[in-house]
Amino acid sequence: MSKYRTSDVKAPRLNPEAQAQAVALEEQRAARSYGARFEDLRRTLHRLRRSTLSLVGLAIVLGLIVLAIFAPQIAPYPEDIATVHFERTFQPPGRQYLFGTDEVGRDVLSRVIFGTRISLSIGVAVLAIALAIGVPLGLIAGYVGGPVNTIIMRLTDIFLAIPPVVLAMAVSAVLTPTLENSIFAIAFSWWPWYTRLIQGQVLSIKEETFVEASRSAGANPLYITFKEILPNVLTILIVKVTLDIGYAVLTGAVLGFLGLGVRPPTPEWGTMASKGRLHLPTRWWLTTFPGLAIFVTVLGFNLLGDGLRDAFDVELE
Amino acid sequence: MRYRDYLIRRLLYTIPALIGLSMLIFAIARVMPGDPARLALGPEASEEQVAKLRKELGLDLPIHIQYVHYMRGVFQGKLGVSLYTNRDVIVDLKEYFPATFELVTVAMLLAVAVGVPLGILSAMRKDRWEDHSTRVFALSGVSMPRFWIGILFQLVLAYHLGLLPVTGRMAADLPAPARITGLYLVDSLLAGDFVALKSSLLHIIMPAVTLSLSPIAQLMRVVRASMIEQMRKGYILTARANGMPENLLVYKYMLKNAFIAALTIIGLLYGFFLGGAFVVETVFSWPGMARYGVRAFIYKDFNAIIGVVLVIAVAYAVINILVDIAYGLLDPRIRLGAEAREA
Repeated sequence: MSKYRTSDVKAPRLNPEAQAQAVALEEQRAARSYGARFEDLRRTLHRLRRSTLSLVGLAIVLGLIVLAIFAPQIAPYPEDIATVHFERTFQPPGRQYLFGTDEVGRDVLSRVIFGTRISLSIGVAVLAIALAIGVPLGLIAGYVGGPVNTIIMRLTDIFLAIPPVVLAMAVSAVLTPTLENSIFAIAFSWWPWYTRLIQGQVLSIKEETFVEASRSAGANPLYITFKEILPNVLTILIVKVTLDIGYAVLTGAVLGFLGLGVRPPTPEWGTMASKGRLHLPTRWWLTTFPGLAIFVTVLGFNLLGDGLRDAFDVELE
Repeated sequence: MRYRDYLIRRLLYTIPALIGLSMLIFAIARVMPGDPARLALGPEASEEQVAKLRKELGLDLPIHIQYVHYMRGVFQGKLGVSLYTNRDVIVDLKEYFPATFELVTVAMLLAVAVGVPLGILSAMRKDRWEDHSTRVFALSGVSMPRFWIGILFQLVLAYHLGLLPVTGRMAADLPAPARITGLYLVDSLLAGDFVALKSSLLHIIMPAVTLSLSPIAQLMRVVRASMIEQMRKGYILTARANGMPENLLVYKYMLKNAFIAALTIIGLLYGFFLGGAFVVETVFSWPGMARYGVRAFIYKDFNAIIGVVLVIAVAYAVINILVDIAYGLLDPRIRLGAEAREA
């Protein structure tokens, strides 16, 4: 600690003219920095637009969102979410039922379309919870340091000592199988990755000159953490979250497939594939199409995340 | 600080994490809704029978006392009785673990054997069609749900083409090889039983490929990135300018760096393998620990849940420490870096 505090230093008296000049300069600087930021964003978008694969990813993600929102309007047989039709079981894919029908005569396409709602809610909710827990803990651990850092990081070590999907399975095994509990189980194993990522970022950023400057000017730690450091980890967070939504969807499907996730008749893709497996090899459409839906969803988020990573030029791990 | 001390310190960090995990999973498995004793005995059992079993299992004691009893058992090589097999969980795990170990090891070897060369190819042919197609393959590989790949393999290769067996570890009409290591491939080889060896090889192909597809993709991307970085380095330029043969350059100098890059994610990949085994063993009816684990999860067999999670965590920790050791041996910068940082 320096023995001089910033408050000890008297600000030099400026004449009004010089003061006005200083204010104008400061405004100019601020304006330039907004301009620069806008320019950065413009360049990033330009890079994103130039990459075909990223645009495909973006199109897939937007398409999924549209499917999820307008599922009742788009699905050819929206009532098949709840009703059974024993007169048309196991219809193979054809003109009337594009993806065929299942063991109780429900249209597989309609159920796959409604499944986007389940899968996207898992993806988004898991990441929202993981961020809400992981990011503040990472910021605190990285910025405060000392024993606080030790406690938080040793705690995350416990969660990271096991592959996340195994922990998610164990947690969902003991809970009643509902959508909310699946989300909870996955998020429970997901947040430590964010704590670790953010803590590492904060450790390197907090040594930068602008943080040092802010600190020496007497800014309070909360201000520094949220206004100076957080904006600098935003790009890396955006990239990681985009990629992770896909993987969270995948984990949700794995839980469903193993019988640890959402229970039927909820149209969850993993559960549908698992039920359909009983009718292999003849009724192949029951597993193939829900699996394809998972693949396309995860691929979409991966392509977009990959494109964003290149566009923002950030490195993960 | 010497690299050895650094490794010892890493080991010392791992132990509290594992103890913490054992508490966490113990708490999760024992506070679960539903009475395990009631679940084990079924709805027909009387209240007295349930109460008696609760007492036998020590479920009537406070949770921290239960934990102390459990840990005391662990150090005596006991993991508690499974409610479904009625044996100690450790006996079950000893029986099922080798199958999982065999599957994961074959998948790992496969991933390295395919992923590293593909990554090198991709880097050498940067921005050409080989590179683009491997990139698309990599992205697809990490995006496909494993159970789906497995089922598609079964549909095409087993049901339609009849090339490979659908499920299991060995043909049902063959006796399992005499147990030496518990690994069918090794045991049948040791016994000189080539019929059994062929059968177990045919059986392991689909599950191992299914398990390794996503890790192949991840390895490929890491190796590609590292190779491209190496190619821009001064020493390569100098060597090339001095007329060093391209092959020597690639195989002697760049390959070593590519393997180091691959090694950095192998620890992480082991996590993927162990997690992925649950799905793959289920799809292929592979009689391993992960399938045993799935059954434990579904039937809320609490001692088995704890046992499986702990064994996986220990395996994961051991692999990561081994990777760290190999890493230090291969890359002196890491070793010296760690020493310098701690000095």
